[in-house]
Amino acid sequence: MRHRKAGVKLNRTSSHAKAMFRNMVTSLFKHERIQTTDAKAKELRIWADHMITLAKRGDLHARRQALSIIREKDVVHKLFEEAPERFGSVSGGYTRIIKLGRRQGDAAPVSLIELTASEKIRKKKEKKKENKTDKKQAAEETEEKAEKKEAVEDQTDTETETPSSAEDQQS
Amino acid sequence: MAVPKRRTSKSRRDKRRTHHKIAGINLSICPQCNEPKLPHHICGNCGTYKGRVVLESEEA
Repeated sequence: MRHRKAGVKLNRTSSHAKAMFRNMVTSLFKHERIQTTDAKAKELRIWADHMITLAKRGDLHARRQALSIIREKDVVHKLFEEAPERFGSVSGGYTRIIKLGRRQGDAAPVSLIELTASEKIRKKKEKKKENKTDKKQAAEETEEKAEKKEAVEDQTDTETETPSSAEDQQS
Repeated sequence: MAVPKRRTSKSRRDKRRTHHKIAGINLSICPQCNEPKLPHHICGNCGTYKGRVVLESEEA
């Protein structure tokens, strides 16, 4: 019976899984969004929610508990600074998972997990995106033909960046 | 012991296998760019999901 055995195993020892999710939750708060497999993303939500709950509590004990999981001090301090303002009004639903498709190589379902951002943070991101798209515009034209084929053949290939670079090499 | 009297002909073998086939993947249409996409997934063409730009792409 697997009663009261919540969580996934991910073919790892428990110590390996713990170490991995500590790394992942650190990365998530550091970079706001990370790309991983569906199963890991879903499990990572639990870790992220726990960290944000601690950050909202905000006392010294909570901070030390967070420091025992998140590997970088700066990330913890930043989280504790932001969290009450950013997540204070909501209880839960701190993360969003968007499915990206399947990974080339092992066909693992890949998804993007991100912190639900307030408006300010979102605007900053959009500015960054604009800069990136300018650089990409040169490569656009060559890709357009290939895109149509992609749409028909590779429905699973939803990662926009990696396939485009692969096409550049081919052409 | 029960033993087959006849070798299964190519015809019978192939008839049996007519049901061994792979169904195509289900696709939905991206409401932004009208390209086919996987349901409940980000659109590979325009990088949007539920009307929100998730990943910057060539068209966005």
